[in-house]
Amino acid sequence: MKQLLSFIRKEFNHILRDKPTIMILLLMPVIQILLFGFALSTEVKNTNVVILVPKADNEIRHIIDRVNASDYFDIVGFVHNADEIENAFRRGDAKLAMIFENNFSENLKRNGKAHIQLIADASDANTAKTFTFYATSIINSSQKDFSLQNNANGMILPEIKMLYNPQMKSAFNFVPGVLGMIMMLICAMMTSVSIVREKEMGTMEILLVSPMHPIYIILSKITPYLLLSLVNFGTVILLSVFVLHVPIVGSFFSLLMISVLFIFVALSMGLFISTVTNSQLIALLISGMGMMLPATLLSGMIYPIENMPVLLQILSDLVPARWYIIAVKDIMIKGLSFSDVLHEALVLTAMAIFFITISLKKFKVRLE
Amino acid sequence: MNKIVNPISEIVIKADHLTKKFGQFTAVDDICFEVRKGEIFGFLGANGAGKTTAMRMLSGLLIPTSGVGQVAGFDITHQPEQVKRNIGYMSQRFSLYDDLKVWENIELFGGIYGLNASQIKIKTDELMQRLNFEDERNKLVKSLPLGFKQKLAFAVSVIHHPQVVFLDEPTGGVDPITRRNFWEMIYEAAVDGITVFVTTHYMDEAEYCDRVCILVDGKIEALDKPGDLKVRFNADSMDEVFLQLARKATRLDG
Amino acid sequence: MIDVKNLYKNYYPNDSGKFAGIGKPGIKKNESVLSEDTGISFNVSEAELFGLIGPDGAGKTTIFRILTTLILPDKGIATLGGLDVVNDYKEIRKKVGYMPGRFSLYQDLTVLENLEFFATVFNTTIKENYDLIKDIYVQIEPFKNRRAGKLSGGMKQKLALCCALIHKPEILFLDEPTTGVDPVSRKEFWGMLQKLKTQGITILVSTPYMDEAALCDRIALIQNGNFLNIDTPENIVKQFNRDLWSVKSNQMHHLLTDLRTFDSIDSSFAFGDSIHFTVKHKKDFSKSEFESLLLAGGHNKVEIRKINPGIEDCFMELSKKTDL
Repeated sequence: MKQLLSFIRKEFNHILRDKPTIMILLLMPVIQILLFGFALSTEVKNTNVVILVPKADNEIRHIIDRVNASDYFDIVGFVHNADEIENAFRRGDAKLAMIFENNFSENLKRNGKAHIQLIADASDANTAKTFTFYATSIINSSQKDFSLQNNANGMILPEIKMLYNPQMKSAFNFVPGVLGMIMMLICAMMTSVSIVREKEMGTMEILLVSPMHPIYIILSKITPYLLLSLVNFGTVILLSVFVLHVPIVGSFFSLLMISVLFIFVALSMGLFISTVTNSQLIALLISGMGMMLPATLLSGMIYPIENMPVLLQILSDLVPARWYIIAVKDIMIKGLSFSDVLHEALVLTAMAIFFITISLKKFKVRLE
Repeated sequence: MNKIVNPISEIVIKADHLTKKFGQFTAVDDICFEVRKGEIFGFLGANGAGKTTAMRMLSGLLIPTSGVGQVAGFDITHQPEQVKRNIGYMSQRFSLYDDLKVWENIELFGGIYGLNASQIKIKTDELMQRLNFEDERNKLVKSLPLGFKQKLAFAVSVIHHPQVVFLDEPTGGVDPITRRNFWEMIYEAAVDGITVFVTTHYMDEAEYCDRVCILVDGKIEALDKPGDLKVRFNADSMDEVFLQLARKATRLDG
Repeated sequence: MIDVKNLYKNYYPNDSGKFAGIGKPGIKKNESVLSEDTGISFNVSEAELFGLIGPDGAGKTTIFRILTTLILPDKGIATLGGLDVVNDYKEIRKKVGYMPGRFSLYQDLTVLENLEFFATVFNTTIKENYDLIKDIYVQIEPFKNRRAGKLSGGMKQKLALCCALIHKPEILFLDEPTTGVDPVSRKEFWGMLQKLKTQGITILVSTPYMDEAALCDRIALIQNGNFLNIDTPENIVKQFNRDLWSVKSNQMHHLLTDLRTFDSIDSSFAFGDSIHFTVKHKKDFSKSEFESLLLAGGHNKVEIRKINPGIEDCFMELSKKTDL
């Protein structure tokens, strides 16, 4: 145990004394989140809205007031038919149209159910997804106002319709995507490089010619990067919640669980890389090209997997980040529970077990 | 070895109060010397004494903090490009490309130093013959024994018949016979009028130089013919001379 | 303590026809070649200081790595204190200290951190075996908070030795500990090895510097993966059964080229400020005749004397006789 602790302390010394690298590792998530989030957070403010109301009454006015009161929306006018909505979109006067159904208030009072259609200009998919999300939450919360007032079980059903880009696939992916990318980078790349560096420096020779169990070498190499990844996980979550206002709808604990699982997959991949190469450069290339690129391109973070050719879709099944991103979206955005992402968790567990097993098998007690 | 260097032959290397500082650290401290055409000039010193820094300044790779240096008639601070065109350089660490064949290395460096295709061809044939290398012509450099590599590297470094060749520990780790063959090549180059500036760890090799300069903590502690130094320090060998001087060293940084 | 029999290792696959390693079948030119196609064999007694002397690429590091259980031999047996390097590697790793070439230290850790780290790796503490390293450690102690990367070559060498000694090994393996280190530190280092020997530690050390051979109890001269000779330095010198002459003149370079033209001279090599040469037939050579020939050839201040050979002379003589 003492051996292990002293080994871990040494690893921390290496990492903390390499100031430029640690700065890059800690600042990277901040920069990425801000870069990805910058466009989103400014565009969403003051989105222009047109409204189509058959007949204004108290309920409708209440909802319109709440929409107007929010920072996210400016109501720029009322329209009378679908053509006018389309014209407003074409001219760029509005990005969102809210259409109240005929007899909205009556339906709400009588049937406890009423419909609002939200039509969004989704040519900029990211923002469209975000502002419809905000609009929906405003509608949902105003529905509670009515329930309180009338003591009835009223329910307003927003129907969302995306114009121009109905699939909306690239939106809202970046927080899970950045998490996946950064953890892959820190765990896989840094772990493999730090083990291979000992081989290059010749210190691995001394460690091997010592009575120390090789598992200690592995454990002490992954511990600091596990912690570093958790710090970065915290940074990304804090930034996305408080700066980008991306809420964590599901449970934070589930999110943490699935993230730790993913970190283990990434660490085991780094370990695996270090067993197949003796050069830091090759380790960097494998983890950079072989792990980072798939983690960004094939994970669904940038390009929707459904739109990929079948071959790439099959390949994307092999990319751990893909499963992680799905799970994070389910928990963080959709608010599902851990049991709903069991499938993804199992895939990740299998991957971790696979890589750890072959790494341990391949980890040599000798130099060749 | 006391080859006679004509005392009035031209000065090819001149260091005039050369100093190089890295931050607070003075790597080379106010050194002055002159080397004449065809001379073999040995540069000795412990690790970290400033040998490599001085050599890098003279070959136009580092700008001196103060002082003036001239190599092959050009100023090392203001005309580094002309300096580089008139010198050859070989170090133990880097000399040839391991993953290129013998003739490809010769072609490459011949080209770098401005030889045309026919000159390169003539030089290659001549070199292969002189080094008894015909069979190795098409081999990758990494497959050659170290001694072969070092001899080839030296031949390549003087392929353009430079005025000065800088050799940074050229014989480290080489077997004793190859080491002597190597020095015989150095002699031939010097007889051809190439000035040789060489650093070494082997003290017996200091004896092969016309003059040696011993650097301690960046300063010149002794500069003379090996024979005269031995007399002055009342020593049997250059090793003893060096030990007497190096014990003064206080500097620790490598 | 160390017993090596018929050790053979080729880094190339056996069917490739290429060879890099140790124990290559040599072509015998005369009886002095020790190994034919039987690999290399040698043994080291307890508390002996045994030197492997040879140039880069001779196979020194390969021998060290096999003995420290880092690589496996293709053929042959090696045991350390009766333990087999292949099967008993775990036991061996508790008993040996190893200092690889290039002083494998953590450059970004301080002197003290390096030492503490290696102590715990070997399940011990600095305190426990302080006696053993004390003499060496006090020399670097003033710099204990300095990072290893900022030390001079000599200091790194001392620290690396402390790290290799910290667990009080029975056998110490030192791969080129003096390469690239200044002459003063080299001298001091050999002094430390003599002291360690008196503490009962068996030491196997390699060096490319022939002048260090005389400081070992016994040496093996090694070139191209094979031993040229194994014996005490004194006996190796004694086995140089020819006359060796030294000559000086005022024109040393011409002297060398002139010597090469004399038929009676076998070999001639520059040695420091003189030239060492051997003659083909003892009876055909007369010193005075040779001297007058040189004087007639324009040499002055000619000095010829018969000398005792050094290890380097022996190495060169032996390596000429083999075609490995």
